[in-house]
Formats: sequence, structure tokens, C-alpha cells
Amino acid sequence: MEEKKIRVINKEEKEYPRRLKEIPKPPEKLYILGSLPVERIPSVAVIGARDCSEYGRYVAARLGSVLGRKGIQVISGMARGIDGIAQEAAVDAGGYSYAVLGSGVDVCYPASNKSLYEKLKVTGGILSEYPPGTSAIARNFPARNRIVSGLADAIIVVEAREKSGTLITVDMALEQGREVYAVPGRITDSLSVGCNRLLKLGAGILLDTDEFLEELKGITAKRCMAWEDRELRENTSEVFRENDRKEARLPEGEPELLAIYHALDFSPAGPEQIRERLPEKYQGTPIPLLLIRLCMENLAVQVSPGQFCRKE
Amino acid sequence: MYSIIISGALQGVSAYLVSVEADVAQGLPGFSMVGSLGSEVKESRERVTVALKNVGMNLPPKRITVNLSPADIRKEGSAFDLPIAVGILEAMDFFDDKATEGILFLGELGLDGEIKRVRGVLPIVREAAARGISQCIVPAENAAEGAVIPGIRVRGAAHIRDVFAFLSEKEERKREEILPGKSVDVEALFHEDRYGETADFEDVCGQEAAKRAAEIAAAGFHNLLMVGPPGAGKSMIAKRIPGILPPLTLEESLEVTSVASVAGVLEEGRPLVRMRPFRSPHHTISRAALIGGSSNPRPGMISLAHRGVLFLDELPEFGRIALDSLRQPLEDRVVSIARAGGSVIYPSDFMLVCAMNPCPCGYYPDRNRCRCTEPTIQKYMGRVSGPILDRIDLCVELQAVDITGLNRKKKSESSAEIRSRVMRAREIQTGRFEGTDCRFNADMEGADIERYCQLGRKEQEFMEQMYHSLKLSARAYHRVLKVARTVADLEGEEKLNTQHLLEACFYRPSLEYWM
Repeated sequence: MEEKKIRVINKEEKEYPRRLKEIPKPPEKLYILGSLPVERIPSVAVIGARDCSEYGRYVAARLGSVLGRKGIQVISGMARGIDGIAQEAAVDAGGYSYAVLGSGVDVCYPASNKSLYEKLKVTGGILSEYPPGTSAIARNFPARNRIVSGLADAIIVVEAREKSGTLITVDMALEQGREVYAVPGRITDSLSVGCNRLLKLGAGILLDTDEFLEELKGITAKRCMAWEDRELRENTSEVFRENDRKEARLPEGEPELLAIYHALDFSPAGPEQIRERLPEKYQGTPIPLLLIRLCMENLAVQVSPGQFCRKE
Repeated sequence: MYSIIISGALQGVSAYLVSVEADVAQGLPGFSMVGSLGSEVKESRERVTVALKNVGMNLPPKRITVNLSPADIRKEGSAFDLPIAVGILEAMDFFDDKATEGILFLGELGLDGEIKRVRGVLPIVREAAARGISQCIVPAENAAEGAVIPGIRVRGAAHIRDVFAFLSEKEERKREEILPGKSVDVEALFHEDRYGETADFEDVCGQEAAKRAAEIAAAGFHNLLMVGPPGAGKSMIAKRIPGILPPLTLEESLEVTSVASVAGVLEEGRPLVRMRPFRSPHHTISRAALIGGSSNPRPGMISLAHRGVLFLDELPEFGRIALDSLRQPLEDRVVSIARAGGSVIYPSDFMLVCAMNPCPCGYYPDRNRCRCTEPTIQKYMGRVSGPILDRIDLCVELQAVDITGLNRKKKSESSAEIRSRVMRAREIQTGRFEGTDCRFNADMEGADIERYCQLGRKEQEFMEQMYHSLKLSARAYHRVLKVARTVADLEGEEKLNTQHLLEACFYRPSLEYWM
């Protein structure tokens, strides 16, 4: 443990996170690689489905990035999908992020998030209540979710199916008295059903980040001195609808390229579906070619050989 | 007395002549056969003895010896029954030894003396004609097959009695009456409409991208991968690809027919295969069935698909061993099967068309329907062996057709129209690659690509931009160029432009976007 720089903190110690002391059944011990979340800085958990859609991917990345830039700590479980994407975006935006694992802190699970794991050791931390060397066992995961929500002042659910493990975290968050926010989705998307249900039950609705940050300030002003001390960076005025900014990057003089860009959204679509969305005058355009052009301009992404999504 | 009868045997899809020597001598009664014989050839002894008895020609209680020469090559197959029977009869002086001169015999005997069909008549007759043999007597069912070879008279016999009557007759005119020479008008066969009964592309609603990919693949002889949910029409499109390939030339047709003849799958009444083959083996196929083999080698699926299309549906379900065995034939266009007894070579110049689901459930990336986790999808993709994917130039995704699309009833372009463009593109390639190792754009490698896919300055810059922004691999880069060459050929353009490159790029097979 010495060698791997893993620290261990008991519930009684002074350093033990205050937020965790408040929750029912706080972990007796915490193993830490890297650092612990700072008490005076607000922290937000971003959680969601492992197998997310392009929409979820986009929202998680934007949220992570905004929170990271703002200086707010992002807590999550480092899982595939929403968790990892949000944490990676936060770290890449210069922020701090903390992962709570269901395995020992020296076990990187899932292995595909190895690069994120390494980054978190430096700009944030890896936490676990299980001793080092514990392998990833499914039954440990629900329990670690209480730490994820416990360490956060608010949690945001980005995408969740109707019966999703993410909702376990939500239950725990409510039990702990944490604010729960959900990202709304289309009622036809099964990956948004869980979120939309939460909204119906009265969860906070996440529409844009400025609004959210304002509300977060309200929730955490007492506890987190950072708002007072102006440690947090100025608002970054991020909104999710940013077509206006994007259009400046579109090549000029190619109205059909623009038309196709507007026909794209975050659910994958093939050339034939896109053709149906185009106005009559662009029906004759070679859509596959223009889609590749958009990919080259980094405005679209080819998610499978014949399906494309808009890219942020 | 002693006699020599000419017969033939197969080696791969080519043939060699065998002389069947028979001797009937005084001595301890017996019947022995020598000459490196397979078990079915050895059994010939019983069939011949009984068949002759049943037509009233009992073998005498003498010492009968039969030798099949050359004696150092292992002989297989049942086609030696007839020549052995004829040889013994001749050695017994039933007819003059001049009667069998210059005639090649092939055929399996039934116990009642009936002559049954055998495999490989076409290549054997072809070899006989090349060696200056003027006549051959083959099973009646195989007569048309042999008759497509010019310069040799092919007679079909249904019963050993007819053969006996034929050989006993001295007068040429009467001989002709007993076993008339079979004639097949190859020219006429060749000018009939060859595509009449095949499935046509005009029945395929929508799926424009897949049809276009099939056209490009056919034009440049590129291998194609189709990805899509069940019921999207992958097999439907694959089945129609032979119909947009150029018609078989006579030479190609003979090659295809030879393989079918050797494999014994030639349809009766169709002496010459005129349609390009389409073979679609089930994914449980073994390696031997796929590339050919078994201890007594026979052509596998890939050789039966020679000059046509080999369609592997549900690609990830195929066994790893079977798939990996395709590497060498895809590269060399022939497959060499080595056995302890020597090796045989079968042709295997086929176009590979594969189909697969995007994930085990078939609906990825539609997250509303697909519940597969990323590791499951990766595992599924991982089952397709890399070396096979390396040989696939085009990849296209099909999407489920909704019911309104099916009802539209708008006829799409017919196979004939597509075929005319394909043929024009192929003519350009024939001209381009004259005197080189390549035949089609798909055959181009490093240096050829540099030579034939030269880009202008603007295109070069565009290509570099594409390479960086789409993070292409070096292999993908070359593949895009190759396919772009075919796209340009389809339009009859000498120079590659950015549109060609973009279209080629759309169909590039990189499975990494699944990961």
C-alpha cells in the first residue's frame, strides 16, 4: 500500500469527508489514490447509463466540460458510458473529478477506462471502501453508489432506462437528502425513460448549465465557502443549443452541406432517412458524399458504416 | 490375349490419360487389379464381373490381370468400370483390337450392365481432345457435357450391351446408328439470354447505398461486406450480384463447368454453366468443405464459386479455422490442397460478399432497440478475423426497410442497366492492366496504386485532409484510393476527383466506429 501511494482514512479521522458523515451507513474506511474532494468546493455527481446513446454521450461530455471549467468537482463511478465520459470531459477541461469504485482502488475497472484512471490519480482521486486488490464484483456496486451520491451536493442523471442501476443511486441520493436533477429526453427514446420518469416524480430539470449553476449555488452556498471566496471561476455561459456558433465554422457557399447538417441530430440516421428530412430542392444531392464532408469538418460523426450523428 | 484401352482420371480440375491394360491368360483362375488403386477402383472388379455375367458374357476360368498405367499415381473414382470391362472383352477376343483404337472410355457399371454418370467428364474429354484422341464413349447422362469440347466425337452409352454392339460392328454407318455422336451447339448456347431467370435488382426497394456498393464492388472485383439488421435485404442484394457481373466468356464458362463436373454437381441438361455461380454456404461449414479437401480431394465451396460470388452470411458465426483458410485462396486466386499423396490445385477466383448483423441482437446503433453492451458488441466484431477484413475493400450498412418503402412499388434500376456500367468499367480496367499482374482495380497493390491512382494537387491536399480528419489508417488510405479508381472508371473518367474520393471513403470498411 505504501508503494502504491494508497491512503486509508477511518471514519473517526479529521480528514474524513464531512459529506459522508451525514449519510446513513457511512463507510468505515476509505481507501484513496490521489486526493479527496475538497469540502469547500461544490461537487456534483454525473451518472447514467453505461450503454448510452449519442445524445447522452454529447450531454455528458458538455456537462463534464462545463463543470470542469467552472471548477466544480465531478463525482462518478468511472463506469463505461455516461460516468466515464463526464469525468473525462471534466478533467480534460482542467477540472477535478473523483471516482468511487466498487473494486479496490488499485483495480481499474472497466479496463477500457485505464487512461481516465491514470488522469484521475493526478487531477482528482480514486476512492473505495474496499481494500486494495478487491476485484470488481457486481454485488459491491449498488453499495458504492451511496458514496457517489453521498460525496455530491447534487446529482445529475443524464440517461437511464426505465429499470436502471442508475436509479439505485437516485434512491440513495434522496435518502441522503441530495438534490436530484435529470436531463430530459424524447419520450420515444428508451434511454430517456428513466430520466423522464424522475422528472415526473419531481426531479430538477436540467435545461442549461447556467441555470443549474445558479441553483447549485443556492443549495450549497452555506456549506461551500468557495462561492463566497470567488474560488470558482466566472460563469462560462454554456448552453446546449449552439448552432449559431457552429454555423460560423460551416464552409460558405455550400447550402446543401448546411441543409444536411441541419437534418442531422443526435440519433443515428442513414443517408435515406436524412434524405427524407431534406427540402425538395436538395433531393438530388449526393448525401453520402456530403456526410463524409461533414465528418471531415468535424461536424458529424460516423457511428456505424452507414449512420451518422451531429457532432458538437 | 492382351489389350490396351484409353481412359482418363482427374487431378484437381485438370485430367490425365490412363491406359487400362487387360490380360487374359492360362493359369490359376483369378482376377487381379494393380496400378495404385483407390478402394472404389478396386471394387470395380466385382461390378465388372457381375455386370458382364448379367449381360450373358461370363468371364472364363482364366487368369485375368488388369493394370492401370501410369501405375505410380493413385487412381480414384468409379469411371474405370467401363474401360476395364471393354478391355477384358477385347482381351477375350470378343471383337477386333482395331475396334477400340482411338476411343476413350469412361463410365461406372451397375450390376445389370447399365452405365451410370461419373464426375469430371468435361476435363477428361478436354484432355483427350488435346492429346489427339478422336472419339470417346461416356455415360449417356454425361454425353452433352463432353460434347461441348470441339474436335472430338462424344458418344453417350446407356448400357454395356450398346457398347458391345458398337464395338462389334465394323461398318461405320451402322456404328453411328448404334451410338450416335452427341452434338451441342455451343454458339447457340452462348447466345441465349443468360440472365433470363435470375433475380433482378429492380425488385430491391430502396437500399440505394447497398446497391451502389454492389455495383462498385462488381465493377472493380472488390470484396464487399454488408452490415445490417435481420431482414434488411442483405441476402437479397448478394443474390443479385452475379446478375450485374459481365457474362461468362466461353473460356470462363469451361472453367466453371469443369469445376462443377469434377465436383459432380453439374445439372443434367445443362452441359455448360452459363451463369456466374453464386454459392452461399451455411456458417457451420467445415474447412474442408469450404476450401476443398478430404483424403480424396474434391473442390470446395470456394472453387464452386470460381468466377462468381461466394456469399458468407452471418460472417461472425463462421468458424475461425474455416475463415482463416480463405486467406491464401483470396490472395492467390487458386487453392492448393496438399495431401500425403500429392497436392491438387483448384481454381478459386471468386468475389467475396459477406453479411453480418451490427451486433448480436442486430439493431445497433439504434439504442431504443439494441440492448447489447459495448463489450458484447466488441466481442461479436472480434469474431470476424482481421485477415479477412483486410481483404474487404467496401463496407455498406443496410437499414431496416419500413413498410411504406416496400409499398411504394417504384421499380428501381434493373440489373441490365447496372451491368452495362459495370462492363464499361471492366473494359477500362482490361485496357489499363494489359501486360501486368493485375486484372482488376481490386488487385492493385502499393506500387500499382501509386501508378494508377495519381491525384492532382487539389485532390492530393483533399486526400491528406481526409486522412487526418477521419484518422484513416495507411491501409484504409490505399483502399479509398483503389475504390475511388473504380468509381471513376464507372463514370469513364481518367482522373480521380474529390467526389470519387468522398464516395470511396463513405464505403470504407473500418469497424473501429463500433468500438
